[in-house]
Amino acid sequence: MSQEKVLLEIENLRKYFSVKAGVFKKKRVQAVESVSFSIFKGETLGLVGESGCGKTTLGRTIIRLYEPTSGRIVYDGTPIYDSEKNIAVDMLPFRRKMQIIFQDPSASLDPRMTVGEIIGEALDIHKLCSGSQERRDRINELLDEVGLNTEHANRFPHEFSGGQQQRVGIARALAVEPEFIVCDEPISALDVSIQSQVVNMLEDLQAEKNLTYLFIAHDISVVRHISNRIGVMYLGQMVELGESYEVCSRPMHPYTQTLLSAVPLPDPVKSRARQRILLEGDIPSPVDPPSGCRFHTRCPYATDRCRQEQPRLKEHISGHYAACHLLDKG
Amino acid sequence: MDEKKTLLSVKDLKVSFFTPAGEVKAVNGISYDLGYNEVMGIVGESGSGKSVEAYSIIGLLQSPGKVIGGTIEFEGENVLEFDEERMRQFRGNKVSMIFQNPMTCLNPVYTIGNQLIEALMCHDKGYTKEQARKRAIEMLELVGINNAEKRIDQYPHEFSGGMRQRAMIAMALICEPKLLIADEPTTALDVTIQAQILELMKDLQKKENTSIIFITHNLGVVAEICDRVSVMYAGHIIEQGPVNDIFYEPRHPYTKGLLASTPRLDEETKERLIPIEGTPIDLLNPPKGCNFGPRCKDCMKICLREKPPFVEVGEGHISACWLHFMEKREEEARS
Repeated sequence: MSQEKVLLEIENLRKYFSVKAGVFKKKRVQAVESVSFSIFKGETLGLVGESGCGKTTLGRTIIRLYEPTSGRIVYDGTPIYDSEKNIAVDMLPFRRKMQIIFQDPSASLDPRMTVGEIIGEALDIHKLCSGSQERRDRINELLDEVGLNTEHANRFPHEFSGGQQQRVGIARALAVEPEFIVCDEPISALDVSIQSQVVNMLEDLQAEKNLTYLFIAHDISVVRHISNRIGVMYLGQMVELGESYEVCSRPMHPYTQTLLSAVPLPDPVKSRARQRILLEGDIPSPVDPPSGCRFHTRCPYATDRCRQEQPRLKEHISGHYAACHLLDKG
Repeated sequence: MDEKKTLLSVKDLKVSFFTPAGEVKAVNGISYDLGYNEVMGIVGESGSGKSVEAYSIIGLLQSPGKVIGGTIEFEGENVLEFDEERMRQFRGNKVSMIFQNPMTCLNPVYTIGNQLIEALMCHDKGYTKEQARKRAIEMLELVGINNAEKRIDQYPHEFSGGMRQRAMIAMALICEPKLLIADEPTTALDVTIQAQILELMKDLQKKENTSIIFITHNLGVVAEICDRVSVMYAGHIIEQGPVNDIFYEPRHPYTKGLLASTPRLDEETKERLIPIEGTPIDLLNPPKGCNFGPRCKDCMKICLREKPPFVEVGEGHISACWLHFMEKREEEARS
């Protein structure tokens, strides 16, 4: 894996959604607030966080399924969005390079189309096959790649189990031979025994095709397993970013520490012996986020500075970033 | 822990759903005993019958589901023979239940207090309205809801997900039941909230001495809270034993497979996951032999012909697999 080449660069990306707060009032949900990071070619970057932290919004904004509010996205050297220079390129050619796998396979596959049609549609849009025979061969090849049979091409999505539907979703994403795939909670709707099948398949496909993944999930154990690096999000912001084993064994940000201590371990002795950091209360609303550090309302170590000043994501150890005032020396 | 006395004894329970496509044997002959003050975990994938089994204990099984065999004895009485009135008294008073999604279980048009007090008044515990309200406030405080006196007059939508689950727990425990059935109570919650609820349940279990049947698919949650574990697959319990045995010395290939296929936060090095191949069986056409046979990597001829009986593989640890017979024979041959 070459860690040097940056495939995707995101700078100060923001995504706000408008919501009505009253007849005349309009409020904005700050779903993603000033997030900057890079994804290297061939790596898997995991994004974790609780529901409502903006991880899915971030994933969708990066491939511009949602139009960003402001910021900059550079893909392989080409800016595809830049609010300052007013760049917003036509995404169609980029859709061939950037794809997404959705969380709920039954909701993301058209129930009136056969599996062959679903996969074939992607081929048609990008004009990847010249004849119907070539198209059929390609669909069969894709089905084979994700572990389905060629007869499955004539069936409808409801005839498949959840795990098989997710395989169809993956085949559809792979149809255009992308370089980069956003995996948005691809396994959380699946049964435990099926999850590992899909995880292994994603890993194999990555090795075979040199894919780059942005892997979004709330299950940290899975994310740690599949990712090279992990980004932790809280209330629209990235609070920690680093090598996955490093982040999990030496978490710097108090939120990451709590998150890790909350994960139940399948080991009765260890899980009963450990001391948990329990958080008070719930996640504040992203419509009206707390001032200063967004985590200060629940942080056990919050100081006055945390309430007033927003911490920036800084590199503390080589390759390990965190946004917390407590980590500043002196 | 006093496990000598049995609170609940389920014997050869069979539940089927009569669908237009045919009979689905959702629960196919399961048996277990639950002691006073014991926490039993029931683990299994979706469709393994773990919820159906719990619904039959509390009499909430809905048509076309039907108990077609076996007994459920609660303190020596067969629950399945209760008439409706008896069942209504039994439910909530002796046994109560918390569900996966608190929002769908709380009535959105009544205040939290209203619903808590209703539970008390229904079971005629001799409370006046004022006393009942006081007791409801106490319960909310017990489950860690701050400002309970104000909160009691709020509606479910004013509560966050974690708070709603706390309110559900308060409601379930308000009549001091002896048994609490928790059906995936933390699955819909975020991990940090899940941790809060688990700590709360552990705490309350000690304080109130309630027995709990904890239904989940999350092995981590089971490891944390349960004393004993039953692993279910396709309507059968396939392995049952003390929590440490199940996690450190699993014997059934399915249990082993489940543990090997779960990524762990505490693993030292990155190893490839070992998945269980195939998909769960179709309960409309179950196989003749062992239900797990078609997916088992150690499947033998006999596994496809006959269902394996339970074998005692440790103290209080049973497992249903033909492999154990092979192991026994090998052992005998050696000695």
